[in-house]
Amino acid sequence: MISFLLSRAVQAIATMLMVTLIAFVLFRYVGDPVNQMVGIETSLADRAKLREDLGLNDPMPVQYARFLVRAARFDFGTSYQQKESVAVLIGARLPATLELSLISVVFAIAAGVPLGVLAGLHPRSLAARAFMALSLLGVSLPTFLIGILLIFVFSVHLGWLPSFGRGQTVQIGGWSTGLLTASGWRSIILPAITLGLFQMTLIMRLVRAEIMEVLRTDYIKFARARGLPDRIVHFGHALRNTLIPVITVTGLQIGSIIAFSIITETVFQWPGMGLLFLQAVQNADVPVMAAYLMLIAALFVTINLAVDLLYMAVDPRIRIGRAAA
Amino acid sequence: MTSTISPARVLRRSVMLALVAQGAATAAPAADFRFAFQGTLGALDPYTLNETFTLGMLGNVYEGLTRRDKDLEIIPGLATSWEQIDDLTWRFHLREGVTFANGNAFDADDVLFSADRVRADGSNLAARLPADAEFVKVDPYTVDVKLTTPNPILNYEWDTWYIMDKEWSEANDMVAPVSAKDTSPRPAAFTAMGTGAFTFESHEPGVKTVFVPNPGWWDTPEHNLDRVTYTTIAADGTRVAALLSGDVDLIDPVPVQDIPRIEQNADTDVLTGPELRVVYLGMNQMRAELATSDIKGRNPFQDPKVRKAMYQAIDIEAIKSRVMRGLSTPTALLIAQELFSQASDFQRWPYDPEAAKALLAEAGYPDGFSVTLDCPNDRYVNDEAICQAAVAMLAKVGVRVTLNAQTKSLWAAKILAAGGFDTDFYLLAWTPGSLDSWNVLVNLATCRDRTGKGGPFNVGGYCNPKVDDLAAQILGETDAARRDDLIAEAYRILHEDTAYLPLHQQNLVWGKRANIEIAQRADNQVLFYWARVN
Repeated sequence: MISFLLSRAVQAIATMLMVTLIAFVLFRYVGDPVNQMVGIETSLADRAKLREDLGLNDPMPVQYARFLVRAARFDFGTSYQQKESVAVLIGARLPATLELSLISVVFAIAAGVPLGVLAGLHPRSLAARAFMALSLLGVSLPTFLIGILLIFVFSVHLGWLPSFGRGQTVQIGGWSTGLLTASGWRSIILPAITLGLFQMTLIMRLVRAEIMEVLRTDYIKFARARGLPDRIVHFGHALRNTLIPVITVTGLQIGSIIAFSIITETVFQWPGMGLLFLQAVQNADVPVMAAYLMLIAALFVTINLAVDLLYMAVDPRIRIGRAAA
Repeated sequence: MTSTISPARVLRRSVMLALVAQGAATAAPAADFRFAFQGTLGALDPYTLNETFTLGMLGNVYEGLTRRDKDLEIIPGLATSWEQIDDLTWRFHLREGVTFANGNAFDADDVLFSADRVRADGSNLAARLPADAEFVKVDPYTVDVKLTTPNPILNYEWDTWYIMDKEWSEANDMVAPVSAKDTSPRPAAFTAMGTGAFTFESHEPGVKTVFVPNPGWWDTPEHNLDRVTYTTIAADGTRVAALLSGDVDLIDPVPVQDIPRIEQNADTDVLTGPELRVVYLGMNQMRAELATSDIKGRNPFQDPKVRKAMYQAIDIEAIKSRVMRGLSTPTALLIAQELFSQASDFQRWPYDPEAAKALLAEAGYPDGFSVTLDCPNDRYVNDEAICQAAVAMLAKVGVRVTLNAQTKSLWAAKILAAGGFDTDFYLLAWTPGSLDSWNVLVNLATCRDRTGKGGPFNVGGYCNPKVDDLAAQILGETDAARRDDLIAEAYRILHEDTAYLPLHQQNLVWGKRANIEIAQRADNQVLFYWARVN
């Protein structure tokens, strides 16, 4: 067990190193940070001095090593553009992204599971077919288009919901939450739907397929034979057994929801990490980009590690296989 | 619950509540002004970044010794008057009874402190004052500036050289300017203490900044605002939607293609006027051989005939009507027409593709040549579309242009000094910070060497010693009429040489709610003290 954990941890660290290394190689192609940090009339001598002071003239391996040494102490430097500590900036933007991700996952499950059950139980009904057709749209339309459509309909035309931002936020310790105010909730609806729509359709289709399969199994027939009402058969017996793959898929999707919130955050000017990252790319703000990529890499590594550990707990063959080896 | 926030109940920093003034748009109080801009605001130190938007936002809070009015004329600010005692001495009389927002009195010590600070290491605005000018306190409300060389435009950029409070800066670790090279953040960099019309209530870099009126402002407010919220909205579509849905009152800029939508809406309209920025095409005249051309062994752009042929091949009126939808002012000069008294004497070379072909043949390129055009795609209004139009027009006279349009950071890194001026043909734009022609000539038209010494933004490396000579004369000429004649002479040489292909001044396009009144100044500074909510 311990050796398994250790080998996984080593793999995780190696992955993080690879990600940051690739990131550092790519940073050379995002443009000149100094040009984005000073006014256009700044003299060439001043620019050259700034480049030297920031260590941008050092060879790439030296810059990378310096980044790693500081990152090991959780020091990610100061944003070139905002002149604020990167850790503070990310800390301030993290709650917005996590709240948006959470609400969109809740939306995806709350809407996806019942719709999937409905479509699975009555596959030929008009409603089920309509939802299936709609879900096809949800899978195929790009996120930014869905976002713009929603803004156009619900903000510009109907005037029901705000078109951008987080609304009022309340500060609790270091965490700024929009979930305690009415305007915060109004603001999160459109971005959460935009971000969660793909996962919702995924869950819906998964549940539908699982339900249709489970309904053909013997124990459902036995349950019906026992005279149990449909409600109990469907939700107590059938649904419960379909949920295991749903939970696995949803768990795996959480990482992508957080990482791919960039587009949704840009469309809705949602002040989260994704927006911060995009602004950083546009301004060649290397410290912010490096820290963000490292954080996202850490997130995926952690999720995969957790999944591996859960598999080991669930599937004895993995444990036995390792013990024998 | 509505999200109305009464200014009287505004919560101070000590209260751990961050309120966002948006949400239910229709419920906003009349004097709540919400502004959305595409870019972000970083540190609030007025000497950190010499950039129009930042200085404009800070101009709501800070003031200089001079100000510029709605037509960009210099008017008194923290100095009530000034005179030149002799060629090398200027005297400034300071306004009495002015206090900073913390109650500290403003006097000559603050001016001397700010003069040192703005020229200190790390300041991005050091060029606002001559490096060797000496500031002398004559009495608490009189300051003399002693120069080593005459400078007729000494105070031209002082409207954005903001005066800081000496005591506040010393108490808050702000004596040294917050610099791009700082590796540790400084908390006071996100606060400010000015004498201006507003103060910052809160500031989240890259997200949102809240201004409230400064009750102790010395001037009579023209605005009727209780509170101003500035939000960054980077995505064009979202910014327009925010205006249309009533979530914000003013947006800058409006994408050209969205203008009809905003005008059709009864509650919104568009505010437009020429911007000072001049967009132009430049050609590399320094390389012996163009890197991206099929002509080897020589550089076509070194021949003035070729440059003039390129000029005459471009149909600027078509660019104005098709690409810019009427929102541009074609120009023959590298400076905005508003900024030079003799601008109306200059006419563009006429659009004439036949003449262009003849010129190319005369220069020895009857079949034209190929070249790559470096163009940004997110820097100026419709920049990439302008380049595409130019490519099509040049093709008609036989110049085969390959377009390399990319994001501004990559484009700038390639064509400017840091990239070794690695371009044959490029689109660029210029606004002189001093709003004066000397800045244009010295940056864009004086000879440079390979590293950029000389004219640092003379990317194409155009070089005519006569222009260098005129620039030097203009710098020292104190008689305004003579000075303008010298400037005109320099521009005439640039025109005759076809040193550049000037295109147009792009228009500023702001979108606003119909109940908003605001002055749109041609330098694109957004100044809230000229805004009214009706």
